[in-house]
Amino acid sequence: MKRVVFQLEPLTCPSCIKKIESTLNKTSGIQSATVLFNSSKVRVEFDEQDISTEQISKIITKLGYEVR
Amino acid sequence: MIRFINRNRNKIIGMSGLIIATAFLLNIFGLGEYKAMLLILATAIASIPIFIKAFQALRMKAFSIELLVSIAVIGALVIGEYVESAVVTFLFLFGAYLEGRTLEKTRSSLKKLIEMAPQEAEVIRNEQTRMIPVEEVEKGDRILIRSGGKVPVDGRILTGHALLNEATITGESAPVMKRTQDQVYTGTIVDEGYIEIVAEKVGADTTFAKIIELVEEAQETKSKTQKFLDRFANVYTPAVVILSILVFLITKDILLSVTFLVVACPGALVIGAPVSNVAGIGNGARNGVLIKGGEVMEQFSKVDTVVFDKTGTLTKGKPEVTDIHVMNGMEENLFLQMAGVVEKVSEHHLGQTIVNEAKRRKLDIDHEPEDIQVVKGNGILARVNGMPLIIGNRKLMETHGIKIVEEVEEYALGREKLGNTAVFAAINNEMVGIISIADQIRADALEAVRELRENGVKRILMLTGDNRHTARRVSEQLGLDEYHAELLPEDKVRFVKKLKEEGHIVAMAGDGINDAPAIANAHIGIAMGKGGTDISMETADVVLMADKLKQFSHAYSLSLATIRNMKQNMYFAVGVVFILLAGVLFGNVHLASGMFIHEASVLLVIVNAMRLLRFNKRNKRTSMEEQHLFTA
Repeated sequence: MKRVVFQLEPLTCPSCIKKIESTLNKTSGIQSATVLFNSSKVRVEFDEQDISTEQISKIITKLGYEVR
Repeated sequence: MIRFINRNRNKIIGMSGLIIATAFLLNIFGLGEYKAMLLILATAIASIPIFIKAFQALRMKAFSIELLVSIAVIGALVIGEYVESAVVTFLFLFGAYLEGRTLEKTRSSLKKLIEMAPQEAEVIRNEQTRMIPVEEVEKGDRILIRSGGKVPVDGRILTGHALLNEATITGESAPVMKRTQDQVYTGTIVDEGYIEIVAEKVGADTTFAKIIELVEEAQETKSKTQKFLDRFANVYTPAVVILSILVFLITKDILLSVTFLVVACPGALVIGAPVSNVAGIGNGARNGVLIKGGEVMEQFSKVDTVVFDKTGTLTKGKPEVTDIHVMNGMEENLFLQMAGVVEKVSEHHLGQTIVNEAKRRKLDIDHEPEDIQVVKGNGILARVNGMPLIIGNRKLMETHGIKIVEEVEEYALGREKLGNTAVFAAINNEMVGIISIADQIRADALEAVRELRENGVKRILMLTGDNRHTARRVSEQLGLDEYHAELLPEDKVRFVKKLKEEGHIVAMAGDGINDAPAIANAHIGIAMGKGGTDISMETADVVLMADKLKQFSHAYSLSLATIRNMKQNMYFAVGVVFILLAGVLFGNVHLASGMFIHEASVLLVIVNAMRLLRFNKRNKRTSMEEQHLFTA
């Protein structure tokens, strides 16, 4: 189990939280994903054997949020 | 491509706004034929970022507000409502832009704190000094900090002394003098002087890093109101979707039903509560008050009973030995030396005071005591050179059968009535001396108590392990409702529990290890303590970093203001949504005007929350005036 925090571009719409969280939580290998709206961060706990940090970062980017 | 558009989003907003303005101007000058063309152009430009986001979300099978807006815009274009389509896309982007800017402001207090983080450190390794990034500093490194420099890690001063500005940690900008052996904290600034320190805590372990983490977490934790809103949104959102389908089935008007959907998006509702919390917690952090989350904020605002510990909370907690009374003809310094030897193992502040006095008189207390037994809240037993020593309060003497003769008792009472704590000491089971220790009331205690009352706290009481005379004197001077003296830590816990059972919402403020259980048991536990010890930062709900009682009353009124602010936002947001929905259904509100009201309401709740950042202007003004005096 690994824990990684992604810093995103400043989040402005609260609906982004749901979008990112639900998409990530549906992804296999991800145990839990929490969006820290106010600090614009995503905290993800995942199984390294199923998914990598880069893959998660790609999913977030594909959703339309720049990962810094 | 997508990056390019995201980067240039502000230009896109500006362009679409300009084109719309031009279109309307041309219309006024009778060049109406160009109007439609320009409006379509404006729609096209502003639609790009919206369509991209909608598409990105759709590809991940996620639903988004952008998708709704896209459908609405396409619908508007199809039926030839070019004004609607242009204005809606522009407002949507412009609203998001303004929200971003204002949200950034509400988050700015934390950001400013983070920016205070030091970047590099000047370390001495192998007798050479060099600058290294702060991440590379290791525990035990020797670091030097010059005038104007930032303390890069938590540590202790080895040599030198300096005036330090600790505002980043305590919110107090008045500089503090620090000398050898004193603790210094990451992010504080050396105003004047030169110090060399040894690194004790680095990276994520520093007090500074912990504060940032605590505040970040706190801003994220949801209050009961927020949790309720989340549940509400879970019902509300599908309900709106179903309603909009019904609207379509009844009216066969796709634009109306999409308008309904777009306008009903609960933007202000979702953002209203958290944004107040973030601003409130941010204000606290900047003033040296850590409030651990929305739930704490909400509970804090309901507090009606405040329990204070006396020593170190209402009083300075830096007691001094005011008198040493020795019987049996023992020499005063020898007596103090023996007491010092025993008390140096004690963590109790009275013990520490005795040790300090012995050190001040340059007495040698290096000798190791044996058979140490600490009786929490009562005193300490030990052997020195084989002789049994008992040092503590009356109770401890009684339990060990030490006789206190009448004239000794009279003397002790006299000292206590003057506001001293009398510490009894027996050697070889015989009373030999009394050490009087006094602790002054904090300068800001009276005002803090008054402010708490003004803000609606009904009952203020004091619990202390100290004797009843000292307790009464402090209580009378501060005008407290009640005091209870000679309590053990577990008595304090029992008392707090009893108050809770009586239906009060109880806040307990204290410091140190012996108050930790009572603090943990109160509805709201408030820890005082300069720089914040690890224990207090973990167990307490509210931490007062500057060790000032004024911060307590500020925190309380801040919680009241934050909750009031949150409620204003809630009522406003709910009101706006219902008015909008009704307006759409009765045909008074169209897509563009609906979008305008929607975005404006989101902005209004953010701006309302921003007022919290400036809360407590009165205090700030005085510090501003001080600054003026400096510059003048």
